[in-house]
Amino acid sequence: MSKLKLATVWLDGCSGCHMSFLDMDERLLELAEVVDVVYSPIVDTKEFPDEVDIALVEGAVASVDDEKKIKKIRDHSKMLIAMGDCAITGNVPAMRNPIGPEAILDRAYIQNASAQAQIPCVVVPKLLKVVRPIHEFVKVDVFLPGCPPSADTFHTALTALVNGGPLDISALTRFGA
Amino acid sequence: MTIEELEQIAKNVQQENAKYDFEVNVCMDLACASQGAGALKDALEKAAEAAGKKVLVRRTGCMGPCSHGPLVRVDPEATLYHHVKAENAPSIVYGLGGSPVPELQCDLNDHFDKQVRVVLENAGLIDPEKVDDYIAHDGYKALLTVLTEMTPNGVVHRITESGLRGRGGGGYPTGLKWGTVAKAKGDVKYVVCNGDEGDPGAFMDRSVMEGDPHRVIEGMAIAAYAVGASKGFIYVRAEYPVAVSRLTTALREARRHGLLGNNICNTPFNFDVEIRLGAGAFVCGEETALIASIEGKRGTPKPRPPYPASSGLWGKPTLINNVETYANIAPIVRNGGKWFHDMGSERSKGTKVFALTGKIANTGLVEVPMGIKLREIIEDIGGGVPGGHKFKAVQTGGPSGGCIPEEMLDVGVSYDALVKMGSIMGSGGMIVMDDTSCMVNVARFFIEFCMTESCGKCIPCRAGTAQMFTLLTRICNGTGTIDDLALLEDLCVTVKETSLCGLGQTAPNPVLSTLKYFRNEYIEHILDKHCRAGVCQMAAVESKNEVMA
Amino acid sequence: MSQETDVKTLVIDEQEVSARAGQTILEVARENDINIPTLCHLEGLGDVGACRLCLVEIKGSNKLLPACVATVQEGMEVSTNTERLQKHRRTILELLFAERNHVCSVCVSNGHCELQTLGQEQGLTHVRLPYRNPDLFVDASHERFTLDHNRCILCTRCVRVCSEIEGAHIWDVMGRGTNSLIISDLHQEWGTSACTRCGKCVQVCPTGALFDKSKIGSDHPKYPEFLPYLNLMREAQ
Repeated sequence: MSKLKLATVWLDGCSGCHMSFLDMDERLLELAEVVDVVYSPIVDTKEFPDEVDIALVEGAVASVDDEKKIKKIRDHSKMLIAMGDCAITGNVPAMRNPIGPEAILDRAYIQNASAQAQIPCVVVPKLLKVVRPIHEFVKVDVFLPGCPPSADTFHTALTALVNGGPLDISALTRFGA
Repeated sequence: MTIEELEQIAKNVQQENAKYDFEVNVCMDLACASQGAGALKDALEKAAEAAGKKVLVRRTGCMGPCSHGPLVRVDPEATLYHHVKAENAPSIVYGLGGSPVPELQCDLNDHFDKQVRVVLENAGLIDPEKVDDYIAHDGYKALLTVLTEMTPNGVVHRITESGLRGRGGGGYPTGLKWGTVAKAKGDVKYVVCNGDEGDPGAFMDRSVMEGDPHRVIEGMAIAAYAVGASKGFIYVRAEYPVAVSRLTTALREARRHGLLGNNICNTPFNFDVEIRLGAGAFVCGEETALIASIEGKRGTPKPRPPYPASSGLWGKPTLINNVETYANIAPIVRNGGKWFHDMGSERSKGTKVFALTGKIANTGLVEVPMGIKLREIIEDIGGGVPGGHKFKAVQTGGPSGGCIPEEMLDVGVSYDALVKMGSIMGSGGMIVMDDTSCMVNVARFFIEFCMTESCGKCIPCRAGTAQMFTLLTRICNGTGTIDDLALLEDLCVTVKETSLCGLGQTAPNPVLSTLKYFRNEYIEHILDKHCRAGVCQMAAVESKNEVMA
Repeated sequence: MSQETDVKTLVIDEQEVSARAGQTILEVARENDINIPTLCHLEGLGDVGACRLCLVEIKGSNKLLPACVATVQEGMEVSTNTERLQKHRRTILELLFAERNHVCSVCVSNGHCELQTLGQEQGLTHVRLPYRNPDLFVDASHERFTLDHNRCILCTRCVRVCSEIEGAHIWDVMGRGTNSLIISDLHQEWGTSACTRCGKCVQVCPTGALFDKSKIGSDHPKYPEFLPYLNLMREAQ
């Protein structure tokens, strides 16, 4: 049996979910026997591959770039897993929603700037007015809440998904876990 | 006050009226008054004096076809004039006893012929501020008969026999409710009249309270005798200042005549009524919220049981009925339960007052026997949809009701039939819509109403209506998806089945009924970004997530 | 007398149980270790039947009854955990999570929150509804406690404990619908209100809406169990 192609993606989040994923430690080797990591912030590939079996997505959709990415990921992935609270609820990135992005940018780049106060307008993508969880843009197959989901959660969930076993997510994790 | 004294007053009024050769009744209800009926009445009085004719010019309550106002009816000829202006007064007076003024004459035979007036029997005939006028039309006869000739049980029995069901919307059998309160243990009991009519497009109760206030008071007094109460409250919304002032006058007059107070008609029966004003919350039309509001608390509903019949105002057994229900009591007592029972359909007896509004020729108040076809109400009585437009739906029951399409119009109106069609009787609002109405937008309008009127106590109604509004807004502006539609339907079921009170339980009805009969309009909004009625503005961007500037 | 000895027998989730007349379905279920989820209910406080999580099915009736206020009837057959009820419970929890800004990860009650726990118990892994993200404020004017409206679910436990147990009634509800707001006195800063600083409201609050300023991070367990004992001691006096 050929290995499953696994991708991990980092949208608007803190990378904590990726850290927790890496906290699987030696169990990563076990995982590596059944999956190939074909795309991830921790590998070199720059373009999202055409065919992916499992995509783990961390982070909320907060910019036009995120929106473009998540649609592409969905189009090229058999199974899409929302990883962590940002991807599922918006979490901390969505805390700007009640006041809007303008106020946030103003505080970050104008009020608190020690020199050359200006809001960046090139290279960085434009922000969406409202930060939203990924399932508001694309269909999500599995939700793994937690901030971050623990390494054990990753291990149990991925093992079950790869082997097609039963999976009770609520027994493993919750919002804010 | 004794029956003899009552009859003497009636005789006096008749003798007084006999001094005049003509009676000119001017409708001074809100719709007519806002078009200058006040000035018209003054002009008619002046013209009569100038012409030297013996004319009694009388202010009356609502005559019914409001869109034809200001309305004037001349007796004994029974000529109805519409769209009358003050400058028409001399020609009307000139025509008295001779030939009527043709250009003002109005032919509403179809409109009136199919109506049966019980609640509105005095509409257009009496001056609402004169108790003697009411007495001259058999007013308070029922109360005095009850006090002198009937036992409380007998009264309950007569109401039960009539088959009257609550006119506030629920349709609970009135006799059964009275019987429960009568049997409830307790030396202090209350009767409450629910006049917190808040449905958009409904004004039946306002018209009754403004046009014939004594009828409500008499009904309450009879109820109080039947259940053993000596104190009543009328809860009226403060947005009805005329109703409040008419009721205040009526209560004062009734007390002056000894029709309220202690030892009414020389019997041991004591009864008085207080008016309480609602502060603009729709939910206070729900009985437990209304009770909380009368008690001076925040107007939020409570889980039932206990029902008000066993534990209501200040924990005492309380009878709550709607204005129209009380307005039916006196005629039932006078004419007997069987008389009422003979009118109407299998399980809905008597008549029902409807407020016809929307895209219909004869907007206004109508009273029809139960069981009449919706088509007869809309096409014959209402005069159909004007302006060459096509009928699309009729919305009954206010924000808690549903939209009924053309193909269901031949169903007879009854509590059960309306529920079967996904709507409710409600208090009697009837809003007619034509092809210029978008049904998704209509559903959104009613959900917005329920959202802003939700008291916020229970979660499904508070947050559910807000979410439904968001989803409907998305569908209306073309950013909704098929998933949103599925979510909306899911929410409808939860809000309907889990909300605490009637407001939440019925809030999804406009959505559910439009989804049932006009689903294709939802689909067109979602897939084709098209609103066939041209009402909804489609958003310029397809993404629901706007990019910041 | 007769009322006290009046025993009702009924069936809850296919288990035959007996109860005293006047007991609520919830009381009887808990006496028999049958779990019915609740949120606005708290032992020791008057019930309002507002959260609708304790709704149960009664055989022969299409209407769902709130177990916290519905009393037992002879021969009643109650189901507390049908598929229909589970679906409604999840939807109600989704409505709550989406209504205000419940960001579990940065909440003082993370790990001790009844809403969070219920979400997990009911198998809620995501919220299908759009988040409403209202712009709400935090009242930190009190010297000991903080009120964060973002976390408030309007269960009114604080209102009831302050009125029924403490007798101060500084809390109440303002506005209506989803704009309802818990207010102190006549909508003034908590610190300037007639608050007795007893802290009961903080202990009964099921979420992180009311919290103790001296607690840091997410180390904020609450102890609402004091209520039944307090009531018992008062009755004994």
